[in-house]
Amino acid sequence: MIAESFPGASLLRIDPKAETDRIVAGIRDIVFNQLRRRGAVIGVSGGIDSSVVAFLCARALGSDRIQILFTPEAESSPDSLRLGRMVADMLKARSAVEDISQILEGAGCYKRRDEAIRLVVPEYGENYKSKIVLPSAYDASRYSIFSIVVQSPDGKTRKVRLSPEAYLAIVAATNFKQRPAR
Amino acid sequence: MPLEMASVTQQVRAFIVQNYLFDRGDQLTDDQSFLESGIIDSTGVLELVAFLEKTYGIAIDDDELIPENLDSIDRISKFLKSKLS
Repeated sequence: MIAESFPGASLLRIDPKAETDRIVAGIRDIVFNQLRRRGAVIGVSGGIDSSVVAFLCARALGSDRIQILFTPEAESSPDSLRLGRMVADMLKARSAVEDISQILEGAGCYKRRDEAIRLVVPEYGENYKSKIVLPSAYDASRYSIFSIVVQSPDGKTRKVRLSPEAYLAIVAATNFKQRPAR
Repeated sequence: MPLEMASVTQQVRAFIVQNYLFDRGDQLTDDQSFLESGIIDSTGVLELVAFLEKTYGIAIDDDELIPENLDSIDRISKFLKSKLS
């Protein structure tokens, strides 16, 4: 049951069967008729969004007409690949792993990101961990202000609000990753 | 440092018009909601907060980052007045 108070809750009141049929028909039309392609390559992160896309594409095109691609990188959770493989296994679809760490490294992704973090956490260095956090989306009375949680090598964590410069630089640096939902 | 609130309102208006309305601020009223009129997005709020902290030498707590304090020129002026008094 979806809480009535959640903003946009009414948007989720759909007929799942009818909606699935509509989307599947749309995928079929786009791939076979408009694009005139024989199938689809689907990047699967192990998260909910790409998993749903993979299942919809398999239903629309057939499992033998989809190729699943995993693109882990140095900082991906091992769960991502494990869950992604479960999707491929359930669909009996072909899959391949392409580790993109070297590509990200070469593009300066990690270096630029770390430099941006140091704008607000000067001591941030090797063996530190970080993630960007937002206040709960359920609290609609608050702005979505981005903070960064930083963990030092000795395990201490600290939360700092991002400056606009740091936020934009981090987003730009990590956009090399495929905007995974994690 | 006593601040003339009328000039604070002017400075805030100038910042909003310059950064979010690209100098086309003729239509912006002091009580207009930034959220409802789509003037400021999430990056914009970060910039606004940084501007207020830097310009007026204040620290704004996470708890204060609510539309009640920041969602119009009037509300920002009122919020600043309470922070600076």
